[in-house]
Amino acid sequence: MIGESPTRTDGAAKVTGRALYIDDVPFEGLLHGKTIRTTVPRGRLRGVRFLPGVPWDEFVVVTAADIPGRNVVVLIEHDQPYLAHDVVRHVAEPVVLIAHPDKGMVEKAATLVALDIDPLPAVFTIDDSVAAAAAGDAQHGEDNVFKRYHVARGDAPAALARADVVVEGTYETGAQEQLYIETQGVVAIASPARGVTVWGSMQCPYYVHKALGPVLGLPPERVRVIQTVTGGGFGGKEEYPNVIAGHAALLSWKAGGRPVKLVYDRLEDMWATTKRHPSRTTIRAGFTRDGDLTALHIAVDLDGGAYVTLTPVVLSRGTLHAGGAYACDDISIEARAVLTNAPPYGAFRGFGAPQTIFAIEMHMERAARVLGIDPLDLRRRNFLRPGDTLPTGQTLTEDPGLDAMLDEALAALGPRPVATPGGPWHGRGVATFFHGSGFTGSGEVKLASRAALEIAADGRIKVLAASTDIGQGTNTVFTQIVAERLGIPLADIEVVPPDTDIVPDSGPTVASRTSMVVGQLLDQAAQDLKLAVQAGGPPSSGPDFVSRAAAHVAAGKPRHYERQYEPPAGVSWDDATYTGDAYAAYAWSVHAVDVTIDRLTHQAEVADFVAVQEVGRVLHPILAAGQIEGGVAQGIGWALYEDVVLRDGAMVNHQLTNYILPTAADTVPIRTIFHERPYAYGPGGAKGIGELPMDGPAPAIGAAIADALGVLLPRIPFLPERILVAVDAAGGVKP
Amino acid sequence: MRSRLEDFDVACPTSLDQALALLAAGAARPGSATPLAGATDLYVPFNAGHVAPTTFVSLHAVAEFKAPARWDGDVYTMGPLTTYADCRRDSRVARDLPLLVAAARELGALQIQNRGTWAGNIANASPAADGVPVLLAYDATLELTSPRGRRTLALTDYFTGYKTSLRAADELITAITVPMPRPAVGAPPVRVFFRKVGTRRLQAISKVVAAGVIERDAAGVVTTARLALGSVAPVTVRARAAEAALTGRPLDARAAEAAARAVMTDIAPIDDVRSTRDYRARMAAGLARAFAAPDPV
Amino acid sequence: MKLILKINGASRSVEAHPAKRLLDVLREECGLTGTKEGCGEGECGACTVLLDGRPVMSCLVPACQAQAAAITTIEGLAARDGALHPMQAAFAHEGGSQCGICTPGMILAAVAWTRDPDTADSVGEALAGNLCRCTGYTKIFAAVAAARDGGGT
Repeated sequence: MIGESPTRTDGAAKVTGRALYIDDVPFEGLLHGKTIRTTVPRGRLRGVRFLPGVPWDEFVVVTAADIPGRNVVVLIEHDQPYLAHDVVRHVAEPVVLIAHPDKGMVEKAATLVALDIDPLPAVFTIDDSVAAAAAGDAQHGEDNVFKRYHVARGDAPAALARADVVVEGTYETGAQEQLYIETQGVVAIASPARGVTVWGSMQCPYYVHKALGPVLGLPPERVRVIQTVTGGGFGGKEEYPNVIAGHAALLSWKAGGRPVKLVYDRLEDMWATTKRHPSRTTIRAGFTRDGDLTALHIAVDLDGGAYVTLTPVVLSRGTLHAGGAYACDDISIEARAVLTNAPPYGAFRGFGAPQTIFAIEMHMERAARVLGIDPLDLRRRNFLRPGDTLPTGQTLTEDPGLDAMLDEALAALGPRPVATPGGPWHGRGVATFFHGSGFTGSGEVKLASRAALEIAADGRIKVLAASTDIGQGTNTVFTQIVAERLGIPLADIEVVPPDTDIVPDSGPTVASRTSMVVGQLLDQAAQDLKLAVQAGGPPSSGPDFVSRAAAHVAAGKPRHYERQYEPPAGVSWDDATYTGDAYAAYAWSVHAVDVTIDRLTHQAEVADFVAVQEVGRVLHPILAAGQIEGGVAQGIGWALYEDVVLRDGAMVNHQLTNYILPTAADTVPIRTIFHERPYAYGPGGAKGIGELPMDGPAPAIGAAIADALGVLLPRIPFLPERILVAVDAAGGVKP
Repeated sequence: MRSRLEDFDVACPTSLDQALALLAAGAARPGSATPLAGATDLYVPFNAGHVAPTTFVSLHAVAEFKAPARWDGDVYTMGPLTTYADCRRDSRVARDLPLLVAAARELGALQIQNRGTWAGNIANASPAADGVPVLLAYDATLELTSPRGRRTLALTDYFTGYKTSLRAADELITAITVPMPRPAVGAPPVRVFFRKVGTRRLQAISKVVAAGVIERDAAGVVTTARLALGSVAPVTVRARAAEAALTGRPLDARAAEAAARAVMTDIAPIDDVRSTRDYRARMAAGLARAFAAPDPV
Repeated sequence: MKLILKINGASRSVEAHPAKRLLDVLREECGLTGTKEGCGEGECGACTVLLDGRPVMSCLVPACQAQAAAITTIEGLAARDGALHPMQAAFAHEGGSQCGICTPGMILAAVAWTRDPDTADSVGEALAGNLCRCTGYTKIFAAVAAARDGGGT
């Protein structure tokens, strides 16, 4: 069962169009909602005017004054209002909500709401933000800094002073839109009498559950959240659904409990919702003359946007991955996230790690050139090995096996392509990296996730977890894990759709944690269930087990088996000093890529891509490869095509015509190779997989472009316009 | 969908006379009647709520427009509803007017090519219209029809500025005629050139697009050079200076350089969300150079 | 306005504004929600349906213009007994569908190409109008190849 690739449980529903996404679900008496948003980046709201042209008396209208509870989006800090009422901090900030039965009427009315806002000076860069705060105009705390981390081991300044060679470089990454093809959407029914129920597209039903109580002034038991089939998330539906769910609930509350639908169109979704944090990372690295990495000083800056949202956690993961897959005993990482007057940045696959891994990997390329050492040799010389210590003090007990993975990636790529006269420039590059599985540090302990199995009257097994299948195949993998443990067919197991009235809180569907952490809970629950059903009798499986399970229930014995997370033995973390075991497990990977660059257009394209990874035991090879291939494609997009063009902090190319995703015509098949080393604390030996493939493509492609052109570009996306400028600045191509 | 349907009307005339009458009735008030062919262009701003209330005059049911495109000798004539897919499926077009097929292949996805029309691409008069440069390169002619009568004019003369043209509000593009170029006796084959520099391989909007035709005499001297460029000026332009730089001389490295230099005076590129002024200029020069490159040996 | 539409082999009469997008008429008047809206600008292909066998973006088709054509939506692809079309089966088995929102349009574009292979030189060209954010297309290529090899047209 585990290690095989059964057809995904929702496959038939999805290929026939029967799967119902939120916009497909019928509701009686539905009102269509719309969010009225600011068009200035910062200012003071003086008033709202409703211009003639629609029958306003037919509309439900909600402003901040109508909010029955607290006007804050509950997440980490309570700084973001559901609806702005005084100061507005970014373009596309919600101010007014309207709803009407006629969708066309709503759209027309949306053009007839005037927001009177006195502008205030806005900041759009990290440096301007810090300078403005220093000059007395802080918008968050005293310095506009949302969060700082300092991770240090050894004595980096002294080691830098001693180093034979010090290499310095600064690397920048742009924002990136998650671009799930199903836009954000929810339907809410809310009233003082009925409490609130929200259906929608989301990754984390219990995040939404936690947010809805405070804004409506309801106790948790009167809040219900139900996930509908979700058309992709990639982090974009981690925290943002808190906002849209709250808005729909507020409209329904004002409408006396009529159902209200809020489904963004693509223009609004791209304009207003969270994106990957832009970053700037400056690295000073000390080396011996023959290439031993002896010192690292890394300064990471993230642009957080206008509110805190999940930025501190994104920064944490970025910090913990900044040193890359290299051993260095004298290291200092200083990281900060800073406010700007942009729509808040948020979760996106990789969660800060792709930004800092881009920097360290590009820096290894730069250092190799300075030192006159082959970039692959420089990496091999410094790879983490068993017994090496990570920046937080965590000692590696297992061999990551990076040398073998690099060998295999290069072998798979084969001989270097031969350039043809007048044909494109060719280049080859690699990236070598790790990604921590699950929540950082003590995060999993604090989450204390729960998941359960339940025996139905007919002896079939129900899986109860709040973990969401957003396309990655969670439900199929859960089914496999339980089937393997119980020895029964997949068809005898049903994953109950996440509904906070029914399923326990198994934590958010993020951080590459679902298979490894929640899957392990289900595996443990299955062990408990199996022991209980067998009741000391002989081992049982298949139809016999199902009938014994039915008899077990008929006899009035317990049908519900729940497990709660307990950390693996020996894992410890200190939040105060930011030291200890940052992650319970790490997945390791090598990406190797061949690129071509057109001699006229300077457009870089991927000609071949090999991804080798060690993710513990592979539970479902097709789904696992699908995660790698999809993550790599998103990484290629971030590296080569996807440019979020900002004006006044907001995206101006917020339509698919002008925000360029690679299509099938731009894409070569991604070649995926798994090294399997079962992990003791994952179900069947699995570790996390979802985010890992996002980390490698950008630096691997950057290395390949440098290989082809002799020019190292420190900033993504590597648009042809930028490549051309860089080649010109370097005085031409010097491969 | 941000447009409110009730603010719009649709007329579905079944004859040319009806269609023209509807347009003429609307002509008194600019924008009040809008011809609608494949809708692949118009429905994008319509979806976004950027089209002012109007009466769409849908041309899909007009009997006269149902005839397929036809060949008369060496002249290919398309109707108002001829799509890009229609051209791609015509084997004679592929052989004798290959630029049409090359442009159609890179014009949006198949879903767009199946609906989008050449006439609509011309009518919308976007500087990024990817169907227009190849028609300019072939020196296509338009037939415009209104209740006042018919007239023909060269496509080269049609565009007057950013999204403006000589088409009056009561006129429809009723035919596009494209003559097939033929080499003079003893002359080298007619050279045709098409290259789109887009945001990605397919389903892309042009950063720069170029299409051209070169005819030479038996001695290899250029007798006619037509080079058209998109997305580098307020209208799709004929690169007259580059053409002049090539005419009357053989295609050699110096000619190619002359074309690359001259084309700079033909264009006025800008920075926008898709590319930069400088990049577009460099691409235009490179495309002109490639257009005029010496024959491969 | 009354529109007569021929959808999945059956003629249907619906009352709708003639400028209404075919996408919306299918979803709202006909209850065929397998056709998805991904962008509303003809870029993503999630709303792909077949008109007379050819793929189109139904968000860019005025409903009045679809009256003469035979419309095929994802709901019309499986056999009447519910057996999956080979392309549907291949997408399900080969991992060609993850979140599933692009899947109906992607499958219809793939079916149109396998039925009329001259319309594109490669699977990449055939599917260039259908964006997928989950799969990186690799498993979609595999699914289309499997369906073609299995004679799935």
